[in-house]
Amino acid sequence: MKEISIMDINDIIKPENRVYKKPALMNDNNMHYCPGCSHGVVHKLVAEILEEMNLVENSVGVAPVGCAVFAYNYVDIDWIEAAHGRAPAIASAVSRLYPQNMVFTYQGDGDLAAIGTCETIHAANRGENITIIFINNAIYGMTGGQMAPTTLLGMKTATTPYGRRADLNGYPLKIGDLLAQLDGTCYVTRQSVHTPAAVRKTKNAIKKAFQNTLDKKGTSVVEIVSTCNSGWKLTPAEANKWMAEHMFEKYPMGDLKNV
Amino acid sequence: MAKIRGAVVVNEERCKGCNLCVVACPTSTLGLQPKEVNNRGYHYAFMANPDACIGCASCALVCPDACIEVYKVREG
Repeated sequence: MKEISIMDINDIIKPENRVYKKPALMNDNNMHYCPGCSHGVVHKLVAEILEEMNLVENSVGVAPVGCAVFAYNYVDIDWIEAAHGRAPAIASAVSRLYPQNMVFTYQGDGDLAAIGTCETIHAANRGENITIIFINNAIYGMTGGQMAPTTLLGMKTATTPYGRRADLNGYPLKIGDLLAQLDGTCYVTRQSVHTPAAVRKTKNAIKKAFQNTLDKKGTSVVEIVSTCNSGWKLTPAEANKWMAEHMFEKYPMGDLKNV
Repeated sequence: MAKIRGAVVVNEERCKGCNLCVVACPTSTLGLQPKEVNNRGYHYAFMANPDACIGCASCALVCPDACIEVYKVREG
């Protein structure tokens, strides 16, 4: 039997054999996110999609206060900083004044579901031509792991050290389902980025949302259920497992609305 | 039979040693450096078992810091 020759590793590492590399739109700055943070994966997907769809020159991102406030340091497109929660209001203005641009917001759950609920719901209800990328990790990550409206019942945070109680703190807010009820939204989906397959699905979802925005179909919302391993006090791999076991029960994956 | 061979190149200074690529790798190719650290003090990922790599890019897809490049070639 002929023996299969073992190729040298240097014969494999050649530019023509490359199947995956960092998107060119992402610059070389080291990200400030904690090791294993889902934000990095979503930034990477946004950069890849903008490159693939040729939107580098005419896309505007709006990043409000939160961990992702420094998104402008990593993805090399035009960004606007918004006050906490007010990204959909700024994005509405940009998309009305510059209708040729593809406008998207990049918000966390403390931002979108608590502080900016009003702006978010009304922007979606008006059917503004924007995409809302919503990172739902059930906690205020940047400020030190306080309870967010999306925090699960029984989940321990800095402000609910004995677990969230329904009688004291209310119930987790499923804002994705809420937004899907509105006539202004055209596409509402809930995805995750914890496995390679989930990352591929999320990429397709964000691509579809951006295409809807270009086609002026209304507001698209991509909710991405993510981890906050620092806030949850778990390792990145354990946080992904915890998310799959606990978060998906309350926040099931899939399209909530697709018109 | 043609065999798929792969290889990954990790940007060692960008890597934060979060271990997600190691968990995602279906062939146990990757590992974290047991002793070596990069400039920022993280145990970065490396190919612990280079012959097992099939170039599926699972590691690169889940990498939050986009520090993995994947190469793939059909052998034989």
